[in-house]
Amino acid sequence: MNKKNKLALTGGAAAAEALKQIEPEVMPIYPITPQTPIIETYAGFQANGEVDTEIIKVESEHSAMSAAIGASAAGARTATATSSQGLALMHEMLYIASGMRLPILMLVSARALAAPINIHGDHSDVMGCRDSGWIQIFCENGQEVYDKTIIGMRLAEKVKLPVMVIMDGFNTSHSVENLEILETKIVKEFVGRFEAINSLLDTDNPVSYGPVALQNSYFEFRIDEEEAMEKAFEEYQKIAKEFEKISGRKYEFFEKYQTEDAEKILVLTGSASGTSKVVIDKLRESGEKVGLLKIGLFRPFPHKEIAEALKNAKEIIVLDRAQSIGTNPPFYSEILNSFVGTGRDLSVPINKKIKSYIYGLGGRDIFQKQIEDVILGKHKGKYIK
Amino acid sequence: MNKELTKHFAPGHSACAGCGFPAIVRTILGEAKNEVVVANATGCLEVTSTLYPYSAWKVPYIHSAFENAAATISGVEKAYEILKRKGKIKKKIKFVAFGGDGGTYDIGLQSLSGALERGHNFLYVCYDNGGYMNTGNQRSSATPYGAFTETTPVGKKSFGKMETRKNLMEIVNAHRIAYLAQANVAYIADLKKKAKKALETEGPTFLLVFSPCTNNWKFPTSEYVALAKLATETNFWPLYEIENGKYKINFATEKPKPVSEFLKTQGRFKHLFKEENKKVLEEIQKLVNDEWQRLVDMTP
Repeated sequence: MNKKNKLALTGGAAAAEALKQIEPEVMPIYPITPQTPIIETYAGFQANGEVDTEIIKVESEHSAMSAAIGASAAGARTATATSSQGLALMHEMLYIASGMRLPILMLVSARALAAPINIHGDHSDVMGCRDSGWIQIFCENGQEVYDKTIIGMRLAEKVKLPVMVIMDGFNTSHSVENLEILETKIVKEFVGRFEAINSLLDTDNPVSYGPVALQNSYFEFRIDEEEAMEKAFEEYQKIAKEFEKISGRKYEFFEKYQTEDAEKILVLTGSASGTSKVVIDKLRESGEKVGLLKIGLFRPFPHKEIAEALKNAKEIIVLDRAQSIGTNPPFYSEILNSFVGTGRDLSVPINKKIKSYIYGLGGRDIFQKQIEDVILGKHKGKYIK
Repeated sequence: MNKELTKHFAPGHSACAGCGFPAIVRTILGEAKNEVVVANATGCLEVTSTLYPYSAWKVPYIHSAFENAAATISGVEKAYEILKRKGKIKKKIKFVAFGGDGGTYDIGLQSLSGALERGHNFLYVCYDNGGYMNTGNQRSSATPYGAFTETTPVGKKSFGKMETRKNLMEIVNAHRIAYLAQANVAYIADLKKKAKKALETEGPTFLLVFSPCTNNWKFPTSEYVALAKLATETNFWPLYEIENGKYKINFATEKPKPVSEFLKTQGRFKHLFKEENKKVLEEIQKLVNDEWQRLVDMTP
């Protein structure tokens, strides 16, 4: 364990602090609420000479991701940040970043999508790109944002897939918390030096990025990408274990809170997890056998491990902060998938009730009482609003 | 083929015989003194040069999407800046982006404008074949007035494209970059000179190059140079450059040929020679005259 440095920071500032210590070589940036504090804070570091980064102030998020792709393919350690409509505008380029296997790190301050326009937090934006080949990691609070930004950079470079580190817009990005910051030297050693392969700047060994691949080869590229994503499970665990050594903070695929003997388990992620833990504690005090499973790694999704963690519960209550209009909401679908199989050998039967609720759209608050009612089966309807 | 000529862009690509851009790419890159890295917008050049597992590019090359060649090269160029500063890269490298008119005048205009405004050290080359040729000939904002395309078909109520071309040179010039020029694949010596200047100028530079499309303009493949010459000889496609804001016309004749001489070489303008479209033909001549006069007025 190293010397501890406590700071009061917002989630956005925590992300910027981690980025400062990582010190990406290139950062294309474009403003959008509630992500802007991340890039503004970082621009401040640059202005004061605290970091040496080429910040490219592009004219749109589409260009931000395009420039990130160019920079990463040129062999520079690359990061950016966005939110909501910005992430939606990047959508095309997200697939190209992952398809080219570029280790770009992106902080996302998750926010609702228009229309109607709304600047507040929910998970609609990041759910819209859950099939884009990006590793997606959710954070509960500012401390996790800081930690997972560092883990995420290393994971991206290890498996050669881009990584999205996700915080709740406003609830996390703009809330001040006391967090523990590692020494910069320790962080730098942890992420290591970025060794680019197939750099566009290696003019002695020219490579062509982004070719046309037709019926005889396209399929294989897709399979390779899926295999890389599969590899991220193991690498995430390894990197998180190493991170635990330097920080004392443990990250698994998901967090289990009072789940050991729980008959009812609440499944959710993000900032509402903290509120829910308080409710769990309260219900435990009154003798209810309840627990919570907080999703961290969302892509790849650890179905097998989640099924194992939930196997003894009689009731599972899944809270989504996004819809998937026309079908089940995203987390609920994944939890169902965990039991019915996704091509894995799953032996856990569904002998349980699995309930689905949607909360918090467009920044709507969720209160302890509502969570308590949901757990106790007193809440009516699928929306917690 | 000549080894020197193909040192950046190999033979064996699958562009049509009589296509303008292989000569444009080779001529421009041939003027590079330093190493070059290329970015390319989606389009004919990209699909015909990078059919996996083959690539015609002997220099580092990136294609990411349609509308973002300028944004992509921005990232590459800034990566170069910092890696050079850190001593990880030693060589001097120049950055070149290629896009067609669809990828430049239309869908890529924003990212081009952004990159020009930010002042990246790169040359952007637009090879203008007057439409979306890779997708089978649809109109772009570069398609000439009166031209037939699949989305401006000729019919009882249509004589082809009913809108005039966008003046991209003026738009690019509004960014006050140090050097931009309009060139034509049929004038290789002029293109060479312009490429050399554009590559040697620090900061963003721009070349707009006339690039005939045999397939969709509908003319024999052997005729592309002759036809492209007519574009300039009729003042349909003047050769000029703007250096530090100063206009210079590079080709002028006492008596320019009538624009119909150029139009009649191509199937896409065939309908204009019918009696009912006489007025359209006159209008095109007027447009060419007016544009030429504007250019002359801009030139000291």
